[in-house]
Amino acid sequence: MDDSAVSADRVRAGDARATARLISMIEREDPSRLAVLKALHAYGGKAHVVGITGPPGAGKSTLTDKLVGDLRGRGRKVAVIAVDPSSPFTGGAILGDRIRMQRHATDDGVYIRSLATRGHLGGLSRAASEAVRVLDAAGYDDVIIETVGVGQSEVDIVRIADTVVLVSVPGLGDDIQAIKAGVMEIGDVFCVNKADKDGAERVVREIRAMLETAVLNGAATRFTPLFEARSALRGDAGNAGGATEAVASRGPAEQGAFHHITAQATGHPNLEIPPVVKTVAETGEGIGPLVDEIKAHEAALAATGFLRSRREANLAWELGRGAAQRVLSELERDESRETLAELARSVLDRGIDYYDALDALEDAMKRTQRAATTA
Amino acid sequence: MERTIRVLVAKPGLDGHDRGAKVIARALRDAGMEVIYTGLRQTPEQIVSAAVQEDVDVVAMSILSGAHNHLFPRVMELLKEKGVEDVLVIGGGVIPDDDIPGLKGAGIAAVFTPGSPTGDIIEFIKKNLKRKA
Ligand code: B12
Ligand SMILES: Nc1nc2c(ncn2[C@@H]2O[C@H](COP(=O)(O)OP(=O)(O)OP(=O)(O)O)[C@@H](O)[C@H]2O)c(=O)[nH]1
Ligand SMILES: [Mg+2]
Repeated sequence: MDDSAVSADRVRAGDARATARLISMIEREDPSRLAVLKALHAYGGKAHVVGITGPPGAGKSTLTDKLVGDLRGRGRKVAVIAVDPSSPFTGGAILGDRIRMQRHATDDGVYIRSLATRGHLGGLSRAASEAVRVLDAAGYDDVIIETVGVGQSEVDIVRIADTVVLVSVPGLGDDIQAIKAGVMEIGDVFCVNKADKDGAERVVREIRAMLETAVLNGAATRFTPLFEARSALRGDAGNAGGATEAVASRGPAEQGAFHHITAQATGHPNLEIPPVVKTVAETGEGIGPLVDEIKAHEAALAATGFLRSRREANLAWELGRGAAQRVLSELERDESRETLAELARSVLDRGIDYYDALDALEDAMKRTQRAATTA
Repeated sequence: MERTIRVLVAKPGLDGHDRGAKVIARALRDAGMEVIYTGLRQTPEQIVSAAVQEDVDVVAMSILSGAHNHLFPRVMELLKEKGVEDVLVIGGGVIPDDDIPGLKGAGIAAVFTPGSPTGDIIEFIKKNLKRKA
C-alpha cells in the first residue's frame, strides 16, 4: 500500500492497514499526514482515553490485555498504544508489550500498536497524542495507552489521558517510595497488581495513607478538580480545596458522580480519595472492579464538566508545546542561525546586552512570520 | 529523514524453541531497527494481523520444529489475501536445505539456518526491503 492511499475514509471504515500506516506517518512526522489528520478532526472527541502507568514489570501489559477482554465483553471497541523505550545508542528497540495481548490480534474490534519512544522522555512517544486522536476518530470507544515502565518523573500520560491508572505491586522495596511523589500524584485510579503475592494488603494501606495525607495537605493537585466540581455542584465554590468539609448535603446524582472517590472506606468520612483496587492480572481477578472504577472516573468527570476542562487544559498544554516546537524549527533555519550568530557577536563585543539580543531576536522572528503570512 | 525499519519477529506454531528468535530480535534492535516480538505459539492469522496493525516492513519467522513447510506458505497466503504485498518475509531455524527452494517459491525471500551470522541477516534486510527506505 502506498502512503498516498491512506485516507480519512479508510481509517473511519476500520481499515487497519490505513490506520497503521497513518500512525507510521505520524511517527516520522511526514507532512503528508496532516491532510488526513485534518479530515479526521471532526470525528474525534468521543473515546475514553485511559492511561496505564507504573514501574517496569508491574504487569501493565498483562492488565491491559485483561482490560481489553473485559471492555470487549461490554461491547466496546478498543485500541491500545503500547510504548517501550528505544535504545539511546542504536535507536533500535524491542517492543514486547504486545506478547501479552496477542489473543486479541485477530479480533476486528481491537487494534494494538507498539510505539518506541524514539528519544522522547516522559514515558511516551512524540507520536502518542496524534495517534490517540487517529484512533479516537477511527471509532474506537476506548483508547488505552500503556506507558514505558516509569520511575519518578515520567508523567506525560496525564497530558493525554482522561483517566490514569497507576499500577503498583508488592515487593518494590521497603515502601511505596519506589514510585515517589511525582508519579503517585497522577493516579485517578490506583491498582495494586500481583495481589497473589505477599504484601499486597500493605501496599494498599500505604497508598491509601499517602492519598489521605496528600488530600489533607491539599498537595494532590490532580484530585482538586473533583473537589472543586463537587463544591460547585453544591454551590459552595468558596470551599474549593474541599477535602475536609462536611458532605452531609450530597444529593443522589452527585453521589453517583462521585462514587469513585466517596465509596472509599477510609475511616475519614469526609475524605474523598481515588479508589485503590487489588488485581491479579494473570488470572483476571479484580479486573471487573477495576474497569468499573475506570468507568466511574469517566462518569464523574463527565457529570461535573471536568472531562471538558481536563481536556482543555491538556490541549492548551499541547498547543503550547507545538508552538514551541515551531519556534525551535524556525531557529534551526540557516537565516536564523546567521541572526543568532550576529547577535551573539554583538553581545560578546559588549555592543548590546543579552536581553537586548533576546528582544531583537524576538522582533526578527515576528518579522519573518509577518512576511510569511503576507507572502 | 532516514526511516526506522520495523520488524515483526514471530514464532509460528507450537514450537517452543525461542533462543534463535530472541537472538535475532536483539541483533536487529542493535542494528537500529524496531522489533515487535509477539512471543511463542502464534497462528499464521495472528502473525498477519499483528504485521498489519504494526505496519511493519519485515516479517521474520523462526521455526525449529519442522512445521515450516506448512506454516510459512500459510502466512504468505494470508498476507496475499489481505493485499499486503510490500512486506519482506524471511524465515530461519532448523530447516533442511531441500525445503528451501519450495519456501522461496512460496514467497519467503530468504531462509537462514543454524550458524547464520546475524550480520548477513541484517544486511539482507537492508538490501531487500520492499518499501523505499
Ligand atoms: C536448545 C534446544 C532445545 C531447548 C530449547 C530452549 C529454548 N527456549 O529455545 C529445549 C531443551 C527446551 C528443547 C526442547 C525440544 N527440542 Co530442541 N533443540 C535445541 C537445540 C540443541 C539448539 C537450538 C538453539 O537454541 N540454538 C541456538 C539458536 C541461537 O540458534 P537457532 O535457533 O538455530 O537460530 C539461528 C539460525 O537458525 C537463525 N534463525 C533462527 N530463527 C530465525 C528466524 C529468522 C527470521 C532469521 C532471519 C534467522 C533465524 O539465526 C540464528 C542465529 O544464527 C536444537 C539442535 C540444534 N543444534 O539446532 C534442538 C532441536 C531444535 N530440538 C529438537 C527437538 C525434537 C526438541 C523436542 C521436541 C525434544 C523432545 N522430544 O522433547 C523439544 C521440543 C520443545 C518445544 N516445546 O518445542 C530437534 C528438532 C527436530 C526437527 N526440526 O525436526 C532439534 C533440531 C534437535 C535434533 N537434531 O533433533 N530443545
Ligand atoms: N504473580 C503475578 N505475576 C504477574 C501478574 N501480572 C503480571 N505478572 C507477571 O509479571 C511479569 C511482567 O508482566 P508485564 O505485563 O509484562 O509487565 P509490564 O508492566 O507491562 O512490563 P514492562 O512493559 O516491561 O514495564 C510477567 O512475567 C507477568 O506474567 C500478577 O497478577 N501476579
Ligand atoms: Mg509492558
